[in-house]
Amino acid sequence: MSTPTDRIVRHSASERVNHWLVAILFFLAASGGLALFHPYFFPLTALLGGGTWTRILHPFIGVLLFLAFAVLAARLAGDNRLTASDLQWLRQAGDVINKREDKLPEAGRYNAGQKSLFWVMSGTLFLLLVSGIIFWQPWFAPYFSVEAIRVAVVVHGVAAFILMAGLVVHVYAAFWIKGSIQGMTRGTVSRAWVRKFHPAWHRQITRGE
Amino acid sequence: MESQSLDITGQSATTTASPRQRRTPEIAKLIDVSKCIGCKACQVACMEWNDLRDDIGACAGVYDNPPDLSGASWTVMRYVEVEPEPGRLEWLIRKDGCMHCADPGCLMACPAPGAIVQYSNGIVDFHQENCIGCGYCITGCPFNIPRLSGKDGKAYKCTLCSGRVAVGLEPACIKACPTGALMFGTKEAMKRHAAERILDLNRRGFKKAGLYDPPGVNGTHVMYVLHHADRPSLYSGLPGEPRLGAWMEFWKGAAKPVASWLLGLTVFTGFLHYITVGPNEVEEDEETARSGEKS
Repeated sequence: MSTPTDRIVRHSASERVNHWLVAILFFLAASGGLALFHPYFFPLTALLGGGTWTRILHPFIGVLLFLAFAVLAARLAGDNRLTASDLQWLRQAGDVINKREDKLPEAGRYNAGQKSLFWVMSGTLFLLLVSGIIFWQPWFAPYFSVEAIRVAVVVHGVAAFILMAGLVVHVYAAFWIKGSIQGMTRGTVSRAWVRKFHPAWHRQITRGE
Repeated sequence: MESQSLDITGQSATTTASPRQRRTPEIAKLIDVSKCIGCKACQVACMEWNDLRDDIGACAGVYDNPPDLSGASWTVMRYVEVEPEPGRLEWLIRKDGCMHCADPGCLMACPAPGAIVQYSNGIVDFHQENCIGCGYCITGCPFNIPRLSGKDGKAYKCTLCSGRVAVGLEPACIKACPTGALMFGTKEAMKRHAAERILDLNRRGFKKAGLYDPPGVNGTHVMYVLHHADRPSLYSGLPGEPRLGAWMEFWKGAAKPVASWLLGLTVFTGFLHYITVGPNEVEEDEETARSGEKS
């Protein structure tokens, strides 16, 4: 049974909890990371209780973030496989940012932008975990050479930069495409929203109904 | 971490200029390896003056004791037997500790504002009350000097007795040296003295004797007179060409401002997009039109 104005479940309650856990951990990890990256951001150490607490907590938050993301990623990976039409979607980035959805290849549950971001997040978080362990004081850093640590800090910084830039896009896109945020707060989106932004997914759903 | 009376010219994680109205003479410690007898009086004096007592360790089978620098051992003698030429055995002894670089890698790498400072006389000092214990100073140091203490998680190293120097005294190790292998004065005076010593060593057959004041870190305020200045690595791995290295220079150089600006720019681009293109909404009439189609 469906009425034209009914709402479609986009994310289950446990997916939402998982997502927001990742979001909170990301916010704390990113704040601490920025604080230790450039003195301009050093005041952000106040969020975690000062410089030394930031140094102590940041790696643990990072590991929790990785684990929370890994669980979310395992759940969503199936819907994030890139296809040939996704590549076409990405090539039409101009149509995307100018709201010409009708010209784009039909997106499934996630569009090519979301899928790309998913893989960027997966890759950078993995790099952040591995490189971060290499210079985690005082537990692991003493086991690595200073040369390895010098490479690791740069890898950590570059991966974090890509991830943060990606997150800016993620947050902005959610804000820009009206009706999206409810998909992650209430868990449902309107049928018209699905039809407009994820037509292939809509067909899939209606076939099932 | 004393000597606020000294002028600070550089501070870690600080992007604006430090006070620099006054100029103090650049000082230097000169370690004449050829005169050192390895008595460790300097180590003892360092412990005494700085009131440090390292944990009692075990004999590692060599003279080096303690075997390495630590939070409570800011200078150690390193002993090595080498054959610079076949059949010629030499016992080289080097007092290891902070070199007080003119371009200090530790200070550049440190993310905590004011945890590492550089005085106008050339001394590089750690202010432990600002230290967060991240170990970046170790990553930045080309000489492998700073050590995190297991007791408090803070980084420590030789202060060049900044407190003594501030009131016109020489560092404690200099005071204790019985052979004159350790000298202290202005950097210029130490260079002059070193030149005389090098001439003497040359005359005595050490043709490659020379001063170790590496240009890769823009010179140091602890210098060595080496009998084999062409091969510093003979002296328990003293680096031949100490420098920050490309990774460190990128991370602590361009990466910091460029990445920060780009992140800000990304946010600003989103803002511009929103106020020009506008929100992407599901039109109300589209919804009713579609629902009309359907029913």
